Amino acid sequence: MKERKWHFWQSDIASYGLILGVVVIAMSLVGMVVSFSDRHFISGVITEGQLLLFLTVVIVGYLIARGMEDKSPIKVALSGAGIGLISGLFLVALVLLINIKPLDLRAMFVNASPKLVKALTFDKGLETGFIYLLLTNIISGALGGLIVVIPGVWGSSLANGALITILIGVLTEIWKTFLPRGVSKFLFVGRGFSVVGFIVTFVVMVGFLIFWGFYGQSVSSGYKKAEAKQPTGVKVTTWVIGLVFFLLVPRMVGSYLSEVLDMVGLYILMGLGLNIVVGFAGLLDLGYVAFFAIGAYTMAVLTSADLGLFHLTFWIALPISVLLAISAGVILGIPVLGMRGDYLAIVTMGFGEIIRLLVLSDALKPVLGGAQGLTRIGRPVIGGLVLKDPPQFYYLIFAGIVIGWYVASALKDSKLGRAWMALREDEDVAQAMGINLVSIKLLAFGTGAALSGFSGAIFAAKINSMVPHTFNILISIYVLSLIIVGGVGSLPGVIVGSLALIATPELLREFAEYRMMIYGAVLVGMMLFKPEGLWPEEARKRELHAEEEAEARPAAVSMERGRLERTGRSVGGTIDGSS
Amino acid sequence: MWERIKSKMTLTTIAMWVIGIVITLLVIYGSAVTLIRGKYTGSQWLDIIIFGFAQGGIYALIALGYTQVYGILKMINFAHSEVFMSGPMIGYFVAIDLDHTGFLNAQPILSLLIVLVVAMFISMTVAVVLERVAYRPLRDAPRLVPLITAIGASFFLQYFFKGLFGSNIKVYPDWHVLSGKWKIVGVDVLKAQVIVFVAAILLMVGLYLFMQRTKVGKAIRAVSEDMGAAALMGIDVDQMISLSFALGGIMAGAGGVFYALLYKQVFFLMGFVPGIKAFTAAVLGGIGNVPGAMLGGFILAIFEAVGPNLFLDGLGIPAPYQLKDVIAFTVLVLVLIFRPTGILGERIAKRA
Repeated sequence: MKERKWHFWQSDIASYGLILGVVVIAMSLVGMVVSFSDRHFISGVITEGQLLLFLTVVIVGYLIARGMEDKSPIKVALSGAGIGLISGLFLVALVLLINIKPLDLRAMFVNASPKLVKALTFDKGLETGFIYLLLTNIISGALGGLIVVIPGVWGSSLANGALITILIGVLTEIWKTFLPRGVSKFLFVGRGFSVVGFIVTFVVMVGFLIFWGFYGQSVSSGYKKAEAKQPTGVKVTTWVIGLVFFLLVPRMVGSYLSEVLDMVGLYILMGLGLNIVVGFAGLLDLGYVAFFAIGAYTMAVLTSADLGLFHLTFWIALPISVLLAISAGVILGIPVLGMRGDYLAIVTMGFGEIIRLLVLSDALKPVLGGAQGLTRIGRPVIGGLVLKDPPQFYYLIFAGIVIGWYVASALKDSKLGRAWMALREDEDVAQAMGINLVSIKLLAFGTGAALSGFSGAIFAAKINSMVPHTFNILISIYVLSLIIVGGVGSLPGVIVGSLALIATPELLREFAEYRMMIYGAVLVGMMLFKPEGLWPEEARKRELHAEEEAEARPAAVSMERGRLERTGRSVGGTIDGSS
Repeated sequence: MWERIKSKMTLTTIAMWVIGIVITLLVIYGSAVTLIRGKYTGSQWLDIIIFGFAQGGIYALIALGYTQVYGILKMINFAHSEVFMSGPMIGYFVAIDLDHTGFLNAQPILSLLIVLVVAMFISMTVAVVLERVAYRPLRDAPRLVPLITAIGASFFLQYFFKGLFGSNIKVYPDWHVLSGKWKIVGVDVLKAQVIVFVAAILLMVGLYLFMQRTKVGKAIRAVSEDMGAAALMGIDVDQMISLSFALGGIMAGAGGVFYALLYKQVFFLMGFVPGIKAFTAAVLGGIGNVPGAMLGGFILAIFEAVGPNLFLDGLGIPAPYQLKDVIAFTVLVLVLIFRPTGILGERIAKRA
């Protein structure tokens, strides 16, 4: 058998390697490597900046191996090593370029600093550093490739165990607040793992995952059996345990993490609202921050002691804020009734900007405080207790989320919710089916605005003083990103998305600097590779993967049948429609 | 007659008309007050309007990119404002290097051309790469998907450039040939403004001729008319789409350098507001329509230049200049409500 001649430039190794090379260079020049280098992942061994680079190489190594036809260990490891070598050479070239004095790369790229050189060469001088750099890259690539070879539970346990270990190592501060002093002293040194701590954590995690892989099935099926036997009993128990857990959280985690949770909570509230507008009704609203601002400013104007216009209490101002946000939602909704998709997005973004510019302007300064903003906003009082610190606000926000969740989930299964989904799928057909587009669109904008205004009002009371610059377009983008990441139209997705996108930059200051860049990349990446989100809504998933499912249709239909029969709805229509 | 009108009237259309009429009345009232008071002299008005023309050239150049892409893909390239930003951003480094070596003062025109070409090339590259990486794989996806991708790409590019080049405002070097004034038919005008206006017009005429007269231009128009039929005629659709992104990028890059000449500064967020305004201009002129984009750009810019002094001032609003951007957004909303096809457009925006 004569093999076709192998050309390097036509191989996957070349294309993947080049892309990877560009990516690692970009990550270095953008400054991510340097700013993460201040923290050690394993103390004295590897910094988080280096970890970031190697992880990228591992992932690309995995991707190239996954796409290969012949997955023999040697070939897989070799191609992984190949791309690792290429990315290593790119980085070596970068270091050399930085070190050519007359070129002065730093005049253009602010992050092409000696610190970057130090981080890339492991602070070992150029020659030894280059060898380290190339070797680590090659090994990372090969490791990434080998993940594919390890079969079944073992492979996935190793990969997931590594990921969990990385998560633990990166968020050291949080675990320190939970774990007993002795344990954390054993595991962590400074802000990273100790060598022993890393090994122990990794082994324990992988061991647990392997155990779960073999025996986890029986645990979850045991739960399901119990649920089938005593549906209400098990459900109520789960709910009660969940509720007690959530109520106890601020007690356990302390003030700093409560503050983070408060922010996450406010975003969950906004996300639930935007999820109604974008996820249920399919109306892409980029001016969503406007309603947050309206809620916050109404609260501020009505209660601020500075302005002295009104002296209402928090509890009276709260419904007024929500009502005003609703009216704003409906009023701003009227002009865009006839618009779809792109136009709607850009016009609502314009509205968001108009609101911000108006708030900032001198024209409305006497009422809204202009660029200086407003201070001394009223605090909520419950039975003589003034809510001030983050753990107290946690309960208020938690209550808000419960209400928001109830509203959203009730609407989802209502007639209105179905009308929204029809609107999302096809506006013309929805209208032809006799749905009143005007009223359901305005209802979507109104409910969305209500939750956002609600969140804004609590936010105003919480931070007590505010500046108009808080309310820029980025907030709308944060909220949009989090519902996209979680899964458009999915309620649990909102929580998953908020935790992933809002908590991470709060906990990892280094991450916060690159927040928008990463969000942007995440939006693009999600749309390209996983448009249904991390915790997708069922219908959405089916729609976006229609082609793949066409082959697996019988299975999907029977699953659907099972699901529908369980919930006791009529079966015929859906199945006829999908076959 | 009345019956027919009544049957078409719904509550919302009435509400919209009321809003429209109220805004028109306010504009007329404010303008009248300002003009009667005579707060500004004739030459001041002229200065403002000339500035509007220069600004309009820039808006029009950016708007061409929106229109080109919309004409073919029926999508708004949200990241076009970053295509606009990327060119002058890199052009800045070329410009200061030329300034340091003294070349800029020795050969001002040549060095301006160098900066311009570099900026156009960079913007073109960004636009083409964007299309290849982010939009092409999603061409058949549900409508919201490429839109969200575009939004993500837009923010990614902004903050990517911030990471690469820092967040500080970068001041372009001075071109001595461009500072000072010319006397044209008895009116003093800033040289930079005249050059920007003339160069923008030249570029646009060039693009127009390219689209109308050359074979490739014809192919692009064929693709935007009917993608399937064009493919059957042997036109490489992917290539034509790439090419129209490239053309939009070239125009935006040039617009970016002109922007830098007028305002002397660039930074990573500079694309956002001009981007929305250029989009407004494209819609105002009729999206998908090349001459419309030019017309919309000039009309919007003059309206916006005159607006704060003319009617906002007359309405007694303090510091009217702060609300300059509100005018553009209001124009956008009003156009989309009352004439979504724009001034020259045939396509219906609502259908989009």
